[in-house]
Order: sequence, then structure tokens, then C-alpha cells
Amino acid sequence: MDRKEVLVREEILASNKKIAAEIRARLEKEGILTVNLLSSPGAGKTSLLERIAEAFKLNHRMAVIEGDIETDLDAERIRKKGVTAWQITTGGACHLEARMVARLIPEIPSETKFLFIENVGNLVCPASYDLGESLRCVLLSLPEGDDKPKKYPKAFATADCLIFTKADLMPVVPFDLRRAEKEALEINPKLRVFLTSALRGAGIAELVRFFIERRVNMIQRHA
Amino acid sequence: MHELSIIASLFEILEEKAQEQKANKIVLVKLKVGKLAGAVPEFLETAFNIYKDGTIAREAILEIEEVPLRIRCRTCQAIAERDDFVFVCPACGSTVLETLEGTELLLEKIALEI
Repeated sequence: MDRKEVLVREEILASNKKIAAEIRARLEKEGILTVNLLSSPGAGKTSLLERIAEAFKLNHRMAVIEGDIETDLDAERIRKKGVTAWQITTGGACHLEARMVARLIPEIPSETKFLFIENVGNLVCPASYDLGESLRCVLLSLPEGDDKPKKYPKAFATADCLIFTKADLMPVVPFDLRRAEKEALEINPKLRVFLTSALRGAGIAELVRFFIERRVNMIQRHA
Repeated sequence: MHELSIIASLFEILEEKAQEQKANKIVLVKLKVGKLAGAVPEFLETAFNIYKDGTIAREAILEIEEVPLRIRCRTCQAIAERDDFVFVCPACGSTVLETLEGTELLLEKIALEI
């Protein structure tokens, strides 16, 4: 029996990356800005999306893909805002993969301008999977603690923007906003930083303006 | 714990390579895993050993080479290792950097019996 060595040098997640690149090319061409939201469970992704839906009203059409291990509670919350939402239940898997998103693409209503993907609540695994998004946002809620950028560097290193949530808790939690922002920017100097409160509505308009700007830039890039 | 899904993707490539080479079995699998790849080598190994049963790589040994995060400064051209993930040039303090390696998750090579 012959033994043979073969140099492969292939990315293990190449098949996910390929599907993601196809999704991105197609959605960007159709003028849809896709935003992948990453955070630990309970950081306020769904609440933020509810406020974004209210801010968009009918001027800008949005759709939402909700990723969770079980239940369609989150998609129900989003639908109550009059927004098209799909629930992907992963049945135990800790992250969404591009092929799960690809299956839903034919169902996206033609008037959609913004597609938000709420990833499974987890600050580790989703960071390794490109879903075909144009923009990746990582959320960090104040009660989680200001040390999270250093503890979960990959999520912050691969994001385009950092959204601090639950800013209304600032007076009652020991969170050093300057430290968290400084350490996140050390990992990723390109991060755009937002401070929001879904409860009080603070920072939402600014964030929505940023999404609108990014969509305009995306369309100009493809023109 | 997404290491099992990484290993599932790895086995898709392994089956394909074994077929291409008309191999009877794969005896060695070598991976390169960057410090910022977002995968834990120890868990990859556990997942590999669970997954390999009944496959073409059932007797394979897994070798993992860990790759440190290396950056090059675009301002002063210094090259440095930064395993603390601080993207600041240790020589001149610039934040305009390029990542040379340390984010990869690669199937580097395999050894087969034909």
C-alpha cells in the first residue's frame, strides 16, 4: 500500500464563504442592505429591532430573519410591528450559517430595502460565519460588563459597528463606557460606535441614519 | 461550540479529496488554526475523534498547528505578533495595520493510503 501526502491548503469554511458571497452579491445588486446582528443572549437585539422598525415606519421597508435555538417568540415580536419576519430555529446549533439564510432569499418581498439578521445569541460562534451581510453589528449591553471586547475579540474584530445597548442603566451598573470603547477600538479601529437605549429610544435615530447612509453608499458602489 | 460544524465541513473536503486521489483511507490530517480563527484546537480534536468513526478518516491522526496573530504596520512597516489582539503597532503606535496571519482555518495537508 502506498502512502502519499497531498498539500491541500483549503479554507475549511470555504463552502459557507462561497454561499455568503453569492447572497451578498445578489442582495446588494437588488439594493438591499443586509445587517447581521451579533451579541450574547439578552443583550437586546430584538428590542433594538423593534425600535428600528418604529423609526423606519413605512418610508423604508425592512425584513427580519430571526435565529434562535428554539421558539419563534422573536419573529412574533417583530411581526407585531408590521414587519415581515422569518424564524430560523437551529435546534441546538449555536450560530446561523449562510445556507440557512440562502433558503429564505426567494421569499424576501420585492420592496425590501433593509434585511436584518438576528443571529443566535452567542458572542463566540456566529463571529466565524459570514452570512452574506453587508454590515456586521455587535451589540454590547451595559450589564454584561465593560471587559467583553477583550474577552471575545473575534466578534469585535469582525464587526463594522459596535452598538452599546441598555444605556438607560448607566446610573445603576458599574460599566466604564470609555474603557469598553477604547478596548474595542484597539481590537478594531474601524468600528463605528453607537450608544442606544431601546427602552428610552435614545440613539436609535442616529443608528437608522447610519444604515440609510450605508445603503446609499452601497447603491453608489454598485452603480 | 461550533467546532463540530467546522469538523463537518472538514469531512466534506476530506471525502472529496480521498475520492479525487482514489485513496483507501486518510491517515493524517493537518490543520492550521489561527489564534483569531474563533476555534479552539482542543475542541476541534474532540469533535474530529467523534466524527471520524465510520468515515474514510476513521484511523486518521489530527495534527493542529496554531498560528499566532501577526500584523504589519502600514506606517512604519514593522512586523509584530499580537496575541492580545490589540491592533496597535508596538513600534510607532499606528493603528493602520494589515493582518498577515492568525485568522486562518485551513486544511493544510493530508496523508493518504492508496
